[in-house]
Amino acid sequence: MSELFTNGTVWALLGVALAVVLSGCGSAYGVGVAGQAAAGVVTEDPSKFAKVLIMQLLPGTQGIYGLLVAFVTLSRIGILGGSEPELVKGLLIFAACLPIGIVGLVSAIHQGRTSVAAIGIVAKKPEQFGKAMLLPAMVETYAILALLVSILAIFSI
Amino acid sequence: MAVLQMQRISMCALKKNRKAILERLQELGAMEIDIRLEDDSGYRTMDVSNSRATFEKQAQTADRALDILQKYAPEKTGMLSSLAGKPLIDKALFETAVQNQERYVETAHQIVDLDKQVAEKTAAVQKLKDQMEALVPWLGLPVPVSFRGTRKTAVLIGTISGTISLEEVYGMIGRFAPEIEALDVEIISVDRDFTYLAVICLSKEAQTVEDALRAGGFAKPAQAVDKVPTLYREELQSQAEMLQKEIRALQQEIGGFSDSRQDLRLVSDYYRMRAEKYEVLGKLPQTANTFALSGYVPAKDGERILHELSDKYDAAVELEDIKEDEEAPVLLKNNSFTESGEGVLASFGFPAKGEIDPTAIMTVFYIFLFGLMLSDAAYGLIVSVVCGVLLKKYPRMGMNMRKSIKLFFWCGLSTLFWGVMFGGYFGDAINVVSRTFFGHEVGIPALWFVPLDEPMRLLVWAMLFGLIHMYTGMILKGYMYIRDGKYMDCICDVGLWLLLLTGLVLMLVPSSIFASVSQMIIVFPEPVNLLAKGMAIVGAVGILLMSGRRKKNNWGLRLALGAYDLYGLTSWLSDVLSYSRLLALGLATGVIASVFNQMGSMFGGGVLGAIIFIIVFIIGHTFNIGINLLGAYVHTCRLQYVEFFGKFFEGGGREFHPFRSNTKYVEVKEETRI
Repeated sequence: MSELFTNGTVWALLGVALAVVLSGCGSAYGVGVAGQAAAGVVTEDPSKFAKVLIMQLLPGTQGIYGLLVAFVTLSRIGILGGSEPELVKGLLIFAACLPIGIVGLVSAIHQGRTSVAAIGIVAKKPEQFGKAMLLPAMVETYAILALLVSILAIFSI
Repeated sequence: MAVLQMQRISMCALKKNRKAILERLQELGAMEIDIRLEDDSGYRTMDVSNSRATFEKQAQTADRALDILQKYAPEKTGMLSSLAGKPLIDKALFETAVQNQERYVETAHQIVDLDKQVAEKTAAVQKLKDQMEALVPWLGLPVPVSFRGTRKTAVLIGTISGTISLEEVYGMIGRFAPEIEALDVEIISVDRDFTYLAVICLSKEAQTVEDALRAGGFAKPAQAVDKVPTLYREELQSQAEMLQKEIRALQQEIGGFSDSRQDLRLVSDYYRMRAEKYEVLGKLPQTANTFALSGYVPAKDGERILHELSDKYDAAVELEDIKEDEEAPVLLKNNSFTESGEGVLASFGFPAKGEIDPTAIMTVFYIFLFGLMLSDAAYGLIVSVVCGVLLKKYPRMGMNMRKSIKLFFWCGLSTLFWGVMFGGYFGDAINVVSRTFFGHEVGIPALWFVPLDEPMRLLVWAMLFGLIHMYTGMILKGYMYIRDGKYMDCICDVGLWLLLLTGLVLMLVPSSIFASVSQMIIVFPEPVNLLAKGMAIVGAVGILLMSGRRKKNNWGLRLALGAYDLYGLTSWLSDVLSYSRLLALGLATGVIASVFNQMGSMFGGGVLGAIIFIIVFIIGHTFNIGINLLGAYVHTCRLQYVEFFGKFFEGGGREFHPFRSNTKYVEVKEETRI
């Protein structure tokens, strides 16, 4: 059992799993609530479909960022390429995966809620689409910052 | 790159020329009606709401007829037909439609009437079907449901709720009326809710039997038909069939009108134009023989409109510049390249009074940054080719759509450029394919560098691009100050900030932090370092002292305001960091593309491997283009709206809405334009 915790690859894979799982869950929630709001708008006015679809997709990026980090990590820990890490390196990789996992989860949930509100703007004032789109995009900044830290950390480990 | 200068045009003309003048103005489509009278006594306005409502209703009837035609005789349209735009119609053809307007409206009414008949008949058929449905349980009955019996016998026909067997019915009667002996019960049918039965007994005992049955829950049917159920059903059936036949005939008749589509469209647009004209007419101040009109025209057209109106229609026309307190509508003038960004600007807001039109500069940055985010040569080529083909194929596309597609065409080219610089062609598809299927790996080397190998290098460049972007914004703000003669503001709010920021950047570059981040060691000669410190200090002290310059002598408050303004440095820091999304989105495109390439190649070489690879490749890259196009679009917009516009542009201007023919289906070719 203790071998499990002294194996670097285990820690690294745990990090990969967290990066994908947490950010993926967040995005699934975000895209989900935004989709419900979008469906409501489309029942009233099908011509707004394209606009609300863009809004719905905005909280989906966190999941993709998680995937991005996971893939880069996998290609460096002997699974898709690279070599198996030592314990310390594995722990470092685990830590590097945390930012996008946790920030991805929380920011996607909040971005999803902001998207719902922005879809409300599109429903009532479709000409304000540019501003409506901007509000959820502001939330995304923090996911991008987390992604950046995760990626840069993994690249320099 | 300009906001067109507007002028106010005011005129007074004879009523007999009213129609001609309004029609001509509508044709020109260069004037926004905005009537302002200093003194409106003596003028009256016409009540046109009735005629306007009539015209709108006629247009709606024609629209409705077109919808109905589309339902019964669908017109084949391609998926991209919405891009095709309104067809251009000869004026002569339009005039013919105008002459025949009554006939065409008649056609529209006929179609709407026919559709109404279809709806009524469909409802009738449904009703018949319901009746037949209700008849089903009684089908086994050889007499009408309303049948009461013969001279000596009585028949009780009805239902008992629940499923009941023959014995239970006999038992029920036996319990409540034990004296009855002459009795015959027949269960006709049973369904989920009711048991349908007929009970025959002697006439004189009928009441007793009925009471007994009622005690057990027996009820006579609410609507008893005096026809034998099977015969009645056939009758209903034939009625329904006849109605169906009539409906089909009506539908065919409607379908026969499909040739009048064009007429209906023309007449609908004609009434729409007239409604618009009457709306203006209703606003005109009029006296017994004259009327007045006023509004905005672009200054470049002003003189020509003035001459035409005064020469042709004897109108008294005058042009004047917009007054200080008046906010004129905004019309942008850009060349065919820079106008492609107008849609992005419009989503944010038109320039307010006194602001410049930033479209041209913004468009250049938009295309540059968009390409940097998507940064895949193949994706860029696909986007450009698709947009190029659409632009070529649908020359009459709506104006706004055309501008957006043009923007994406240029963005695609920029993406192609950055893809070549960074060596992305469907991600690493060339390497993967050559490795998997041909055994030895080849690839196109990046012209500049590969971001995945040197992310820090791209990060530094992204922030540099960001600084240039935001400096441009500051310089535009300075330009606006200078144009308005506010030199002091320009120096304090723009000059000092640029001085401070440049000084700080120059101090940061040779530092060890920068060296460790960018892995570039840059050493400036000593005088430059000294200069940098000097610039930063002068800038900072200047901002501290000058930001609160309007609070002239209250030095405490003035310094506090200055310190607060200096705190704005943190927002500059976050703005610069915000450009790191250029790196993040650029990496995202490349990495997701290589994920799909890798997935596709997992089944190895050979024919089967190749087939799977192609399928995964097409699906995966379509997804990737879609998701990253969206990302690049949203985040480029954000960089423009927040980081760039935040420096100098507020927006909030009102768009110019000229009085013109706002048609829905066709555009009428005008012989003369100004």
